Amino acid sequence: MTNGLDNIFGVHAQALRLRAKRAELLAANIANADTPNFKARDIDFKAALKDANPKEGIAKTHVGHINPGGSQGKLNLLYRIPVQSNIDGNTVDLHRESAEFSENALHYDASLNFINSRIRSLMSALKGD
Amino acid sequence: MSLFEIFNVAGSGMSAQTVRMTTTASNLSNADTVANSEAEAYHGLHPVFQTQYKKANDQISASVQVTDIVENQTPSRKQYQPSHPMADKEGYVYLSNVNVIESMTDMISASRSFEMNARVMNMTKQMMQRTLDMGK
Repeated sequence: MTNGLDNIFGVHAQALRLRAKRAELLAANIANADTPNFKARDIDFKAALKDANPKEGIAKTHVGHINPGGSQGKLNLLYRIPVQSNIDGNTVDLHRESAEFSENALHYDASLNFINSRIRSLMSALKGD
Repeated sequence: MSLFEIFNVAGSGMSAQTVRMTTTASNLSNADTVANSEAEAYHGLHPVFQTQYKKANDQISASVQVTDIVENQTPSRKQYQPSHPMADKEGYVYLSNVNVIESMTDMISASRSFEMNARVMNMTKQMMQRTLDMGK
């Protein structure tokens, strides 16, 4: 059982926020599928989640300490390596971005399900019946 | 909330593709338009897409903007038709420089991209709906 109410959802609260950010990023890729010189962006989700979760890694115990994550809450945007180069300098592969978007939405739903069942179990513990 | 921003991004993509579709429709319908000089002949129209970032230092939300619509500068087709009412002194009429096959593929590409953006919007709507139902 958790001690405080602020972390009852564990990693999923943070994961949900990052999934929403990634969805935005992938939507931008899809919207810019025909923009010349647009480079598709994405994040390394695992690294971003680790960055956002202060419990993992080195703790900041003094004001003089530098942030262990290094990104200071900003997402580290990476460039997608294109499978096939395009003559107008665009690196968006519409099918790949679409697949990534669906996958991301599915993971978002999974995190939501975890949170929902957590709420349900806490509610049943509170009601006691 | 970043999920809301997706509607702006996908919406901008859809409107940009609509502009592309409109210019393609103009090009196709004017493919056989005849004029009596090179300057008056119909030149194919093409939109110029550009990425628009919401904030310069935050490149997450990148929407599309149609910054300009340019004319295709390739010379128009010249045809010798002295009996044509639009013919010039030497008996030539000037047809449009639209390539119908190119226009057709452009149209298919625009409609595919539009569909993809619409799909993104639908999926985002579902994601938000489920988020609103949290804890029910």
